[in-house]
Amino acid sequence: MRVKLWGTRGSLPTPGPDTSRFGGNTSCVEVRADDNSVLVLDAGTGIRNLGRTIPGTTSRVDVLISHLHMDHIQGMGFFAPFYVPGLEVHIWGPASPLETLRARLGRYMSPPLFPVRLRDLPCNLTVHEVPSGSMRIGPFEVETTLVCHPGPTVGYRITEGNRSLAYLPDHEPALGVRGPLLGNGWTSGQTLATDVDLLIHDAQYTDAQYDDRVGWGHTTFSRAVEFAELARARRLVLFHHDPDHDDATLASLVSTLVKNERPAMPVTAGFEGEVFDL
Amino acid sequence: MQREVEIILMRQLASYLAMPIFIVDPEGNLLFYNEPAEALLGCRFEETGELPAAHWANLFTPTDSEGAPLAPDDLPLVVALRTRHPAHRDFWIVGLDGKRRHLKLTAFPLVGQAGRFLGAVSFFWEGDTR
Repeated sequence: MRVKLWGTRGSLPTPGPDTSRFGGNTSCVEVRADDNSVLVLDAGTGIRNLGRTIPGTTSRVDVLISHLHMDHIQGMGFFAPFYVPGLEVHIWGPASPLETLRARLGRYMSPPLFPVRLRDLPCNLTVHEVPSGSMRIGPFEVETTLVCHPGPTVGYRITEGNRSLAYLPDHEPALGVRGPLLGNGWTSGQTLATDVDLLIHDAQYTDAQYDDRVGWGHTTFSRAVEFAELARARRLVLFHHDPDHDDATLASLVSTLVKNERPAMPVTAGFEGEVFDL
Repeated sequence: MQREVEIILMRQLASYLAMPIFIVDPEGNLLFYNEPAEALLGCRFEETGELPAAHWANLFTPTDSEGAPLAPDDLPLVVALRTRHPAHRDFWIVGLDGKRRHLKLTAFPLVGQAGRFLGAVSFFWEGDTR
């Protein structure tokens, strides 16, 4: 399984020379199986560049959406496979208690926000709703669980053979927790990430930033490490970088984190174009 | 076993509130009770952990205003689990301090995303002591 990061930024695209190292595109990750099957995790602005690499001979593409905040769907209208007539495209994501996933996506993919309606896309599109549970997509076993973030939000665990990835891009597992994160399944997302080879996890805030943003749905650097250790993840990639953290700031924060926390696993800040072979 | 996020958030809310709160799963097993509820049960959650339905229901004997024992099926938490509707009633218990206490209890079912039935929650209020 090969994992490639196409967008690592949180909240808002942040292009420019100050963010060129870690990247300014919002959430998008490609997961490619040994047989070349492709899963796309989230449709932030990073999905545009990913879409241009998918060959015309591809017969099926699956896009797994964690939730419908704008930074996770903003690139959808610019994903080239959507415009390939007859190409089988599946979108998976959480519904709300009141509206279907298709209706909610249609709010963005329709005028006045976007000129092309979801129903007018020439690909062969199917929209699936994912409550908690497991499903098989080609060679991938995919587990989903609702996780702690404002609005219906799911995390994903993707397994191919004996290799596994957990994707929790927007996640506040420490909401309301005054001490250490709780074990025994009492921490949001814990089971999804247990013993994974690679954990891609929200680390948007410093401790100081978090004090003013409790309940906004994101994690601090130190809590991300604590979560990864609780789940016994083998590698942690920090993700959903704050738009206010330029390259120099982010590099400094991660360096300090590793020095102070001495994590039990390798910890790095994800950057656009980074590839992991699991 | 991963707890559902709605249950996790309910526990976190309960841990901040000053009224006694019980959280049970669909089978009635007591998943969590907060510090004010510890005073009612007479034991700390950190010591007991989760409690099977048959165990925690015997920790105190609820009665009506005349002192007649209440059947478990008459308790709001059980009603909320069985009917999946909110339930409320007054009852009396003898506290750990030997005092008879009048309690008001409201219980409601927890239904999560996609209609998943997750259990029930009960809130206690202390009424007149007599």
